[in-house]
Amino acid sequence: MAFIEIVNLGRTVGGRDILKSINLKVERGEVFALIGPTGAGKTTLLRLIDILDAPTSGKIYFDGADTATSTQERLKVRRRMAFVLQKPVVFNATVYENIACGLKWRGLGGYELRRKVDNLLDMVGLAEYRRRNARTLSGGEAQRVAIARAIAVAPEVLLLDEPTANLDPVSASRVQELIARAGDGKTTIVMSTHDMAQGQRLAGRIGVLVGGELLQVGSSKDIFTLPRSREVAEFVGVENILNGVVVMNEERVVTIDVGGKMVEAISDYGKGEVVLTCVRPEDITLSLARVSSSARNSFAGEIVRVVAVGPLARVEIDCGFALVSLVTKRSAEEMGLAKGRQVYATFKATGVHVITKDA
Amino acid sequence: MSELWNGLVRAVQLIVSLDLEVMAITGRSLQISVVATVLASAVCLPLASVIHFQHFTGKRFVISLIQTLYSLPTVVIGLLVFVLFSRTGPLGGLDLLFTPTVMVVGQVVLIIPVLLGLTITAFSGVNRAIIDTAQSLGASGFQTAVAVIKEARFAAVAAVTLGFGRAISEVGVAIMVGGNIRGFTRVLTTAISLETSKGDVELSLALGIILVAIALIINLALNRIQQR
Repeated sequence: MAFIEIVNLGRTVGGRDILKSINLKVERGEVFALIGPTGAGKTTLLRLIDILDAPTSGKIYFDGADTATSTQERLKVRRRMAFVLQKPVVFNATVYENIACGLKWRGLGGYELRRKVDNLLDMVGLAEYRRRNARTLSGGEAQRVAIARAIAVAPEVLLLDEPTANLDPVSASRVQELIARAGDGKTTIVMSTHDMAQGQRLAGRIGVLVGGELLQVGSSKDIFTLPRSREVAEFVGVENILNGVVVMNEERVVTIDVGGKMVEAISDYGKGEVVLTCVRPEDITLSLARVSSSARNSFAGEIVRVVAVGPLARVEIDCGFALVSLVTKRSAEEMGLAKGRQVYATFKATGVHVITKDA
Repeated sequence: MSELWNGLVRAVQLIVSLDLEVMAITGRSLQISVVATVLASAVCLPLASVIHFQHFTGKRFVISLIQTLYSLPTVVIGLLVFVLFSRTGPLGGLDLLFTPTVMVVGQVVLIIPVLLGLTITAFSGVNRAIIDTAQSLGASGFQTAVAVIKEARFAAVAAVTLGFGRAISEVGVAIMVGGNIRGFTRVLTTAISLETSKGDVELSLALGIILVAIALIINLALNRIQQR
């Protein structure tokens, strides 16, 4: 049995299913990220794992034992975990007192307590604030206190709910560093985030939670490149999801009819199957003339819109179907990519990911 | 206007000269109300946490009832305590009527609803996330309650202040069960009432000023505690 094993877990509040039949195994020492849009049920799932709420149906096993037991047993289990809530919560007490509280509740005191808390204060870079009331800290500082307070109790499981959601970029990266350091191979971390990149950076495995359902669980690479359904594909940033029908499959090279245009991909789908053809925008190359290359797919089209996205330009092209390509801003400038311009959009057959339409 | 002015002058004189009777009355007032407030707080803090943290049927009704009792007239409580402790009453055997002890009892009964209700409100004002955080950090039920009480300490101190204010300023209970016995159960409010009816408005005013000064000092002291 896995360290944390969730079986058919459901939670209904006021007639609304927040979570529907969740099955998930998390191994000891793993860093697992739950990703999904706001309102997908991520917080609810984390709260259930921490036994702050009770599930409507299903079970959670922690270290081999059912967690739905007596209050005393639940407290014991909860004392092996720590949970950092999304909105930084600090007690109306000094920074020192905040970090010390979990240890105090476990009966620690005296020199040992002081030593541990001082170490943590150094670690999160808040040593000079030790005597300050934690309520006077900024959001980023408060979240660092909250994380230090959670790490203080040396939890076997660290639960983090959108740890950087409310923070500015600088604070967010500091908090991410802390999380990366907490994932020492011994501590199991289950975190939620709506930031795909963060999940990829920090987690070994990712679960995609949409509308209360765990749609896909896998390595971050798999989730990113091989989404199993439209919802997952959309969430992980696959912007080009085209409806198509397989017209031919020769030795796993399939030809898909996408609105009259033929797209080649590598897949096991057979002739006649209705599929979704997924292409990541960064995998699409743009050129002003038709280029001869090994790439199997190249379509002429007209630029509909160019939008700057940081160092990149997001180019929307109409080539019988809509395609979105991401190129560097410099490329866009040098090539003179602008609305109305005729371009060729090229991508490799191996850059196409095909999924069943009704999945 | 001259009465007011003379009252002020007299008050200063009485305070500065440490007039024995005035000091005795003031001391007695303070003693009775402080003891009543401490006792009521000792009852209310745990009771409020039980009412707030436990789930039971009729909880809303209990809270409404407590809030209704805020406005119970002091004379009604005085009457109630009087009946309880009078010779023929159920507690008459204790022979406590017209003693400072029974005045304390009356004031405790008087301020419990306010203290209890406001303390419950103080606890409800604590963000749900504080409770979640405490629990998630491994606090037991009792430790969680203590954490919430700590969070609510400002509002709780305000409740205690208000309770004390109601105790030291009330006259109904003090006069009905204390009897305004000179040198024994006479307190500031009953003395003011008596001196005014005797026509000695100046002394009444002096006592009134002392009463307000006490309230002010206690409030300032509690504010200092709150700011910490």
